[in-house]
Amino acid sequence: MADLNILYFAWVRERIAKDGERVARPEPGMSIAALLNALSATTPGHAEAFADRTRLRAALDQRFVPLDTLIGDAHELAIFPPVTGG
Amino acid sequence: MAEAAPRLDVRVIAEDFDPGVELAVLEALQVGGVASFTGLVRDDGGLTALHLEHYPAMTATQIEVIVQQACARWPLMGVTVIHRFGTLPVGARIVFVGTASSHRVAALESCAFLIDWLKVSAPFWKREIKASGPQNWVEAVGSDDERASAWTSGGS
Repeated sequence: MADLNILYFAWVRERIAKDGERVARPEPGMSIAALLNALSATTPGHAEAFADRTRLRAALDQRFVPLDTLIGDAHELAIFPPVTGG
Repeated sequence: MAEAAPRLDVRVIAEDFDPGVELAVLEALQVGGVASFTGLVRDDGGLTALHLEHYPAMTATQIEVIVQQACARWPLMGVTVIHRFGTLPVGARIVFVGTASSHRVAALESCAFLIDWLKVSAPFWKREIKASGPQNWVEAVGSDDERASAWTSGGS
């Protein structure tokens, strides 16, 4: 199956120092939170960005979802701080 | 006649817009009333500009979801939502919400509903740009969540 495309916004993007990355398709049953745990081990920037989960929000295929949502066969995951529109 | 589909216009743009032109378009629908809100960059403690980042693949569709919710709840003939992104200096327009209805309460309430929900569910992030000092990202405000939630818990 195709890779998972991850996008980062605002200070999440700044801490990781890139606006996104492609990762191998996570195993079935992996949640967004579990993927963030795995990514935190890759660089100090990831670890810092993902340290406080209460300050993170996510969207799967452009729909807001809680962090405990399973990634399933989604194509795009976005990780970002709470939005400040308007 | 009241069942005619409302005129919906959602734009996510970098350039400025003219609220007078937008209001005239809504007035031309020949409804009873038009309500609007224009959000501007506020001069907060040394701020020179705000930089608005957004999630291009999601922004317009997410705003359209909010607009559809407003249309399901109030008898609206027209809705215009314009949200800018990029670097906007103090005093610049950020957002416009205009609603047209035969009924003033519907126009006023739906306008407030739309701006409250844009605050908490449109995928934008604001960063402060200052002449000196830290260039902080604007933190989400808990009271904004409460205002938006009040629309679904029966309050207003």
